[in-house]
Amino acid sequence: MTINWFKYSSPASFYSLAGKMIPIFAFAAVISLVAGLYVGFFVAPTDFQQGEAYRIIFIHVPAAWMSMFLYVVMAFWAGIGLAFNTRLSSMFATAIAPTGAMFTFIALWTGSLWGKPMWGTWWVWDARLTSELILLFLYIGFMSLQAAIDDPRRADKAGAIIALVGVVNIPIIYFSVQWWNTLHQGASVSINQAPSMASTMLLGMLIMVFASWMYSIAIILKRVRVIIIERESHTAWVAELQKKDSIR
Amino acid sequence: MNWSSVSDFFAMGGYGLYVWGSYVVTLICIVAEIWLISNRRRTLEKQYSLIRNINIRRDKK
Repeated sequence: MTINWFKYSSPASFYSLAGKMIPIFAFAAVISLVAGLYVGFFVAPTDFQQGEAYRIIFIHVPAAWMSMFLYVVMAFWAGIGLAFNTRLSSMFATAIAPTGAMFTFIALWTGSLWGKPMWGTWWVWDARLTSELILLFLYIGFMSLQAAIDDPRRADKAGAIIALVGVVNIPIIYFSVQWWNTLHQGASVSINQAPSMASTMLLGMLIMVFASWMYSIAIILKRVRVIIIERESHTAWVAELQKKDSIR
Repeated sequence: MNWSSVSDFFAMGGYGLYVWGSYVVTLICIVAEIWLISNRRRTLEKQYSLIRNINIRRDKK
């Protein structure tokens, strides 16, 4: 039996596959969101230092992780699109950017609302906060550059350059709390040591991280499907879908 | 159970503004994102059914 590894790299076949996958990921997102919020608000205990304010962690940490992770995935697909000229990879990069920017904004917003009661300030220009803000600007830069170029294939290439250069910011964000003396606390969860938090808090947080993953996959697939139809409108397969009235 | 009453839950030990300010804004962002994409999708579907109807009418003639 031969497997055609590249079957789903064609927008036409990926389009229908994505349509089938969206409900699965959306369902997983809703279930894990409910479970995560339940554990976060009703199972996890009050923090002995921060009181109830720490409950912001259940969105702050997942959002911050997603903001960095989505950027790497976006840059990866943009790079593949640039190197191999594959249409779907570039469409994916374009579809990831708004969701990544949204998570970056949420990370900054919730961080600010957490910083006010704990540090006594909404914002400081410390390394972690500043590099995360630069990440937001990178996302916005990527999106506005693509929006400013009429030819989508050229927009893909220009965007890919920004995305790839910006990757250097990701380790800076991640290690900023070690490299510089920041107001932001160090990592609560890391690979080489036990997490510095109660196990139910950690559980709630990890479920919320899973929920953010599922949400991101569902919403990005939904967006990439729209982008596929918009960009492939001149092709025979879209015309075929249209004739059958089944672009849904 | 962490909360003795509903108002206790909303007060969040005096940090209500910060905690709910985080959750509500996140909710707004997510709802807005879903709405924007659905809207983009509906516009596309409308365009396509419009073209389809024109084609059907043309084919009938």
